[in-house]
Parts: sequence; C-alpha cells; structure tokens
Amino acid sequence: MPALTRWYIKTALAWLVLALIVGVLLGARGIAPLPPVVDRLAPAWLHLVVFGWVAQLIFGVVHWMFPHARQAATGLPERLGWATYGLLNAGLVVRVIAEPFTAALVAAGWGWLLVASALAQLAAGWLFVATTWRRVVAR
Amino acid sequence: MPRLSVWIVRTALAHLGVGVTLGAAILAAKGLPGWRVEPPAGGAAWPWWLLGAHVEVVLVGWLVQFALGVAYWILPRRRIGGRPARGREAWAAAAFGLINVGVLAVVAGGLAADPHAVAMGRVLEALAVAAFAVHAWPRVRPAGSNRAAPAGGRGDAAAAA
Repeated sequence: MPALTRWYIKTALAWLVLALIVGVLLGARGIAPLPPVVDRLAPAWLHLVVFGWVAQLIFGVVHWMFPHARQAATGLPERLGWATYGLLNAGLVVRVIAEPFTAALVAAGWGWLLVASALAQLAAGWLFVATTWRRVVAR
Repeated sequence: MPRLSVWIVRTALAHLGVGVTLGAAILAAKGLPGWRVEPPAGGAAWPWWLLGAHVEVVLVGWLVQFALGVAYWILPRRRIGGRPARGREAWAAAAFGLINVGVLAVVAGGLAADPHAVAMGRVLEALAVAAFAVHAWPRVRPAGSNRAAPAGGRGDAAAAA
C-alpha cells in the first residue's frame, strides 16, 4: 500500500473518530450544559463524516487501486496527490475550528478563515478529479 | 476497467467537481464580511439556494454513482456461455442513465422550487439503484462459486462444468 494511501486511510479513521465525538456533543445538547458554540457544530460534523471520512477513504483507495496512467514516471501525479491530501485536510481543520466560531460569534476575522477553507477544499476536490480522470480508462 | 465503468466513474468525478464548487461557494459566503447570511425561515436566500443542489450532487451524483461504477468494474464476473462476463449489462447502463436524469431533476426542481420535479427525480434515483441491484445481484456470491448461465446471460443456471 503506497505511503499516500496509508496517510489518507489513517487520517480518514482519525476524522471518523472526531466526527463521532462531535456527534456525541451534538446529541448531548439537551441533557448537559454545553457552550453555545456546540450548537453550531452540525455542518462541521456532517462534513467530517462525508469528506473527512468517506471521501478521504475513497481518495486513498483510488490512489492505491486504480490503474496508473502511462505518464506516471514523472512523479507529478504523486506530488499532486500529496497536494490534494494537504489541501483537503488543511481545509477541514480550518473549517472545523472557524465555522462554529464564525456562526456563534459575529466577529470579524474568523470569516476569512472560512473563505480560505472553502478555497482549499475546492482545490483539493478539483485536483482529485483532474488526477483521477486520466486513470479512469477502458481496456 | 470496462467502458461503462469509465462513463459512470468519470460522471461521478464531474459531480464531485460541481459538488465541491457549490459547497465552497456556500462556505465562503458564510465567512465573507457583509455577505454572511443565515438560512431563512421561509425562503432560500443566497447562498442557501444552492444547498439542496450541493447535497444531492455530492451524496447521489458523486458518492452513490462512484460506488456503482466501481462495483460494476470490480464485482466478480460470472461464466456466461463459457466465458467470464458481467451479464445483465443493460440494467447497469439503465442505472447510469436513470441516476443522472434523477439527480438533474432533483437539482433543477430544487433550484426552481418545483416539488414535482424533485419527487420525480427521487423516483428515478430509486429506480436507478433498483436497476443496478438487478444487474449486480447474481455477481455477489461466494468465492470460487462460478455459476454458468446460458449465452445471453439472463439466468443463473447450474454450476459450470
């Protein structure tokens, strides 16, 4: 299993654990006194499950199992794969921290972190599409 | 990878690109100073107007469709007419068409606030998955249990010689 795939899968597992912890917090709102920022964690929880866990697991397995493109000897696809991994996870980290605070505290500063997170995740998504597209070929 | 899987997986990738673009627009709009909007109680203001499309394209157009495309490629093939074949390929092709028309209908219906189009789209999506299940059902079997089917591939006949 390639190193990038191992990073993808282990990171996906870590995000899943975190998502489930966030899920516990969201579920405990009615029975425990939790800070208001917890109320704003629902979108982050959803994206931890769908992008942190499911999509990231898919990205890792695709990097491992899909047929390699003929021009793969340059090493560029590998570097783009690492860039995808970095952008996806940096975007998620920033989102998980900034989104609830942006929603709970209408204070300047946090919002620009969300814009940065959006751009990072957008770039990661399209990089994955671009690098995987050439590996999806008929034979 | 069979040609039909290429079509399905590439279409799923296109949905992923569209889905992350819509999601990025929604997330960025949450954070842009002076442009931050909360979900309205009775309507769909920017960028929440895009939320339904984002969810549908990512969950069904990308994730479900990607799984179907990879399953069509990777599930064990059967022996049909003495040769390994996927069988019932028309059902998988129908699933490909139905799921994409369904997602388009749900997205367009959501953006246009047309509940009939959304309902029709969801029916098409359900039919797509049912059609794929008809295709894939005979391919889900224990390892080493090659089944033979008559040339034409409609049945699950007795074990191959």
